[in-house]
Amino acid sequence: MVQEQEALIERIVHDLGPDGTHVMDVARAVSKRFGYIPNSAIPTIARHLQLSPVEVRDMITFYGHLSTDPLGTTVVRLCNAVVENMMGAGEVAAAFERETGIRFGETTSDGEISLRYTACMGLSDQAPSALINDVPFTGIHPELVQEIVRGIRAGLNLTTLPGSGVRHNLKKPGEIIFRRSMEHGAAIDKLLGVSREEALEEIKRSGMRGAGGAGFPAGKKWELCKNASGDKHYVICNADEGEPGTFKDRVLLAYNAHQVFEGMTIAAYVVGATEGIVYLRDEYDYLRGHLERVLEERREKGVLGDTIRSYQKFSFDIRIEVGAGSYVVGEESALIESLEGKRAAPRERPPFPVQRGYLSQPTIVSNVETFTSAAAVIERGAEWFRSFGTDKSPGTKLLSVSGDVQQPGVYEIEYGTTIRTVLHLVGARNAQAVQIGGASGRCLSSGGFERRIAFEDVPTGGSFIVFGPGRDVLEYMRQFIEFFAEESCGWCTPCRVGTTLLSRFMDRLVAGEATRGDLDRAIEMCDTIRNASRCGLGITAPNPLLTSLESMPELYERRLSAESYAPQFDLGAELRAGAAAANRPAPQGM
Amino acid sequence: MSDRNERITLTIDGVEISGESGMTLIEAADAAGIYIPRLCHHPDLPPTGHCRVCTVTVNGGNGAACTRPVADGMVVENDTERLNTLRRNLIEMTFVEGNHYCPECEVSGDCELQAVAYRLGMTAPHYPALNPEREIDGSHPDVFIDRNRCILCGRCVRASALIDGKSIFGYKYRGIHKAVAVVVTDRLGETEIEATDKAVSVCPTQCLRVKRRGFRTPLGSRRFDREPIGIPERE
Ligand SMILES: Cc1cc2nc3c(=O)[nH]c(=O)nc-3n(C[C@H](O)[C@H](O)[C@H](O)COP(=O)(O)O)c2cc1C
Ligand code: SF4
Ligand code: FES
Repeated sequence: MVQEQEALIERIVHDLGPDGTHVMDVARAVSKRFGYIPNSAIPTIARHLQLSPVEVRDMITFYGHLSTDPLGTTVVRLCNAVVENMMGAGEVAAAFERETGIRFGETTSDGEISLRYTACMGLSDQAPSALINDVPFTGIHPELVQEIVRGIRAGLNLTTLPGSGVRHNLKKPGEIIFRRSMEHGAAIDKLLGVSREEALEEIKRSGMRGAGGAGFPAGKKWELCKNASGDKHYVICNADEGEPGTFKDRVLLAYNAHQVFEGMTIAAYVVGATEGIVYLRDEYDYLRGHLERVLEERREKGVLGDTIRSYQKFSFDIRIEVGAGSYVVGEESALIESLEGKRAAPRERPPFPVQRGYLSQPTIVSNVETFTSAAAVIERGAEWFRSFGTDKSPGTKLLSVSGDVQQPGVYEIEYGTTIRTVLHLVGARNAQAVQIGGASGRCLSSGGFERRIAFEDVPTGGSFIVFGPGRDVLEYMRQFIEFFAEESCGWCTPCRVGTTLLSRFMDRLVAGEATRGDLDRAIEMCDTIRNASRCGLGITAPNPLLTSLESMPELYERRLSAESYAPQFDLGAELRAGAAAANRPAPQGM
Repeated sequence: MSDRNERITLTIDGVEISGESGMTLIEAADAAGIYIPRLCHHPDLPPTGHCRVCTVTVNGGNGAACTRPVADGMVVENDTERLNTLRRNLIEMTFVEGNHYCPECEVSGDCELQAVAYRLGMTAPHYPALNPEREIDGSHPDVFIDRNRCILCGRCVRASALIDGKSIFGYKYRGIHKAVAVVVTDRLGETEIEATDKAVSVCPTQCLRVKRRGFRTPLGSRRFDREPIGIPERE
């Protein structure tokens, strides 16, 4: 095997070049071929890429879908995100354990099947879902599991098994993003004869804001990048879409990739970039073939590549890079680190990516949807764009709607639409609460349903999860915080330790063991985490607790223990552990 | 960092100090004799912003002083009740994350974590202890690691790569499982480390240290027994 490893690594490095930024490609290829990355391969990878072994190991052990321990031939990654659990992922998990005879986290003794959990994969509209090797399975129910496991054992092609495949539930196309598939080059043609400055002015006049969550004005971002000095400028499309409950970028890439690439090309023209990168989460690897074909088509049509529309001075091409299982990598500077072949640890800011981004050069990182809207702005004009949405939030927004609704899927709505209108549109009756913006967003109860989706009121990256009557909302808040603890990159203390402590608190709260004093201390801890963390993950990690406490304090009142003090130290467990270590019988009555 | 020579002025807690562009806030404060509490930063190494104990408020927003470049006219809050409480909480998190039992610890009095905790007025942590199981590696003849005290400051990582030129240390895993990695096998005995390496001398809690030196200086007369921790000196 060692020789085969060496040969494989040598071949990939030969194709890509001996450059440390390719460590992800190499790691993914080794992982694909051998099912894992043996420790023995690490020094080899390092040597070929001119890195130190400890750097390669650092990168590999960071990502959830790379492993240095052997895994089964077939790896079932069942999604256990909040919506999936609402839709019965727990029963599906039990069925997998029954059929395989192992627990999640284990591998069958014949080395055939491993069971693993994974965070939200962007399939909440068709939960429960799983990735089996690279193949997505959706709408899984316990009865289906037997057939799936039999098929795996029989060595059948995974794509032929029941439950495999993805539907793209586009429920409501709007005027800007899903208006129709934009004609290739329609926006680019408008650029010809227009200076970079004029194109930038149009984007600025549109008032368009980033769709990735923070709502940073797109024109401002482009301008900062354009004006920053560097040897090269880069345009990066953030298709990591990791926020729990969102999947609109998946649908956008599946149905309207041309317009996404068109937008990236326009951005490149404005900032003076020749290279663009789409960072695609590996959970969307099944979209890659389609995206490559669209890129090829664009090159053939002359709207991508060496000379765009025979315009001598403008060349721009796009490549796709795939991740390996991480939420924080969606943070723009972490994404850049990942593209450079490192662990996805966010950078300290300033400097911002527009000043010093990919390979220390000025870089635009924007969401998939943002590029799509930008193309529409250039094609139809800022005035037209501003006729949608609100004054401070012009345009439309894609919502990924899931949970207790009749019609889960993607909806393009105008900014300024009330939550109540959305609930009506998607067929959600008697909603108890809505989680807007995913785990890092906010939880609103019916008292907040008149509020509007807009940056000046309730901002969102697009996730819209409905909790129906009878749902145990605090349990889901507990799961959100557990998600942050699992996805924290671990760089800084407040987030690394704070989210873990907060997650333990939520466990006790939901179990009815937390006292009022514990809640007060947890709130103070939220303050420390928010004010000291290095990046948006830590800064927003306390949101599930804080926003639900604000909108539904009664849920907490009911859940708190009546005791004024509850010990957090399990004496019985400690005595048992001590006895076991000393090889003595366990103490009685504990 | 960019050109170092442009003079700028800023205020820290209302006191006007001067600095040079390209400096970090902590460098400027140190030069002016103003102590900003810190843990992961080491004056001989580039800053990485892990511990956040140096959190200050700059023009209304929070940031780490060890990594923040100075700018002309910056208004900085440092020694305030709110920030010191925040820092104490961070130190307490650091205590409960590892296994730190000062009364029985061999490096008591010579530990930056303990010293900063004293200086910030911490008594006992009020968070539940995580009690992790951590390894001790004695496989090298001269150097050992007791990971119970590791606070993930990353000084050994930086020193080994940048000063010793050996890249022996790095990280592995993420979140609360993040740990210092020793090359590929986590055994110091299989590495090129030497007792004279910078990486061995920079550890703030001496979880990485030279063997057979434990009690040369008796308890009670160690570095921070004599005076509280303050601005460190560069080598
Ligand atoms: C923990 C974390 C995860 C993020 N994940 C994503 C993501 O999956 N997709 C995305 O577009 N932005 C994500 N962001 C926001 C990005 O940092 C960045 O603001 C965004 O890509 C900018 O695009 P925009 O200007 O088009 O909104 C994330 C931020 C944080 C802090
Ligand atoms: S806040 Fe969390 S995710 Fe962000 S840098 Fe710190 S540890 Fe990493
Ligand atoms: S000293 Fe600045 S973050 Fe640790």
